[in-house]
Amino acid sequence: MSEVIVITSGKGGVGKTTTTANLGVGIAQKGKRVALIDVDTGLRNLDLLLGLENRIMYDLIDVTQGRQPYKKALVKHKKYETLFLLPTSQVKDKSAVTPEQLIKLCDEMRPDFDYILIDCPAGIEQGFMTAIAAADSCIVVTMPEISAVRDADKIIGELGRADKENIKLVVNRIRPQMVEKGDMLDMDDINDLLSIDCIGQVPDDELVIKATNDGKPVIAMEKSMAGQAYRNIVRRLFGEKVPFMEFPKDSFFTRLKKAFGL
Amino acid sequence: MLEALMKIFGKSEKTSRQVARERLQVVLIHDRAKIAPEVMEHLREDIIRVISNYMEINRQDMEISLANDENSVALVANIPVSRVKHLR
Ligand SMILES: Nc1ncnc2c1ncn2[C@@H]1O[C@H](COP(=O)(O)OP(=O)(O)O)[C@@H](O)[C@H]1O
Ligand SMILES: [Mg+2]
Repeated sequence: MSEVIVITSGKGGVGKTTTTANLGVGIAQKGKRVALIDVDTGLRNLDLLLGLENRIMYDLIDVTQGRQPYKKALVKHKKYETLFLLPTSQVKDKSAVTPEQLIKLCDEMRPDFDYILIDCPAGIEQGFMTAIAAADSCIVVTMPEISAVRDADKIIGELGRADKENIKLVVNRIRPQMVEKGDMLDMDDINDLLSIDCIGQVPDDELVIKATNDGKPVIAMEKSMAGQAYRNIVRRLFGEKVPFMEFPKDSFFTRLKKAFGL
Repeated sequence: MLEALMKIFGKSEKTSRQVARERLQVVLIHDRAKIAPEVMEHLREDIIRVISNYMEINRQDMEISLANDENSVALVANIPVSRVKHLR
C-alpha cells in the first residue's frame, strides 16, 4: 500500500524542499512510484530543485478546484521515470487548498503510487494544517541551531495534537568540525531534546547548492556527503537498519583533550 | 600542573554546544507547558487529589508554576494547608 509522508519543519529555510526533492529521487531510483506534492502555495520551488520548471502546465489548485484531473497536472521526470511532481500554484493565498481537498486528492492518488511526499510550507497556519492532513507519517526537518530546534518542538507538539503518531526527525546542515569543537549541537543532543527518533543527519555540503543550481538533487552525486546521507535515509524509509554515518574524525585538539580525560 | 592544563584546555568554560543544550532544555519545558495549558490543569487536579488524602488544602490560593533556576526548571507549588487529617 502507499504511504503519504509530509516533510515539515516549523522554521523556514531549514531544508524541507531539499529533503523532499532528494527523497523523491532516491525512492524513484529504487524503482518505486513516487509523487511529490508541493503545498507551499505561492512559493513554488520544488520544480526548480528537480529541474522541472519548464514543463509545468497545471498546478495543485487547478486540480483541487476541479478544473483538471490530477494526472494532467502531474509532471513526469525525464530521468527518473517513476518520479512525478504535482507543482503548487503561484497564488498568494495559502488557504486556497483545504485539508479536506488534499485528503481527497491523496486518496485518489494512493492506488497509483508507492509513496506520496508532501512538501509543507513554513509556519503552523492553515497551509501547515492542509499539508499534514493526509499524512500517514511525518518527517520533521531541523537544523543544529537553537531556534530551529525550538520550532521543531512546536511542530512536533502540533503533529501530536493532530493525532500523527509516526514522526521522524532529519537534522540537516550539520557541520562536523563545529560539533567537534563544541560549537554546535549534534544529532544526539537534538534527539534527546526533542525525544523523537532520527531518521537521518545530513551534513552541510556545498554540493547541495551546486545540485540546486543544476536542478539535479544531490542524492545522485556519488561523492557527496549529503548525497550519501540522503541515500541512507531512503534505505531507512524502506525499513533497512543503516548505521548513522561517521563524520570526519576527531581533530588533534579533541584527541588531546580526551587523552587528558578533560 | 593539572590546573594549568585545565586552564589551557578551558575545561571550566562551557562549550557553546552545552550552553545551547541547556538553554533549549529550559525553553522547551516552558513552551510545552504553555502550549498545553490543559496539561498544567490536569497536573493541578492530580496534585489536589493526592494531597487531599492527607490534608485539607485551600484550592483558591494554591499556585503552581514553572520557575527557572540557573539552568534548570523547577515545578514550584505553593499550597496553603487548612487542616491536617489524623494520620494513621
Ligand atoms: N545540507 C545542506 N547543505 C548546504 N545547503 C543546504 C543544505 N540543505 C539545504 N540547503 C540550502 O538551504 C536553503 C534552504 O533550503 P530549502 O530546502 O529551500 O528549505 P525550506 O524548504 O525548509 O525552506 C537552500 O538554499 C538550500 O540549498
Ligand atoms: Mg520550501
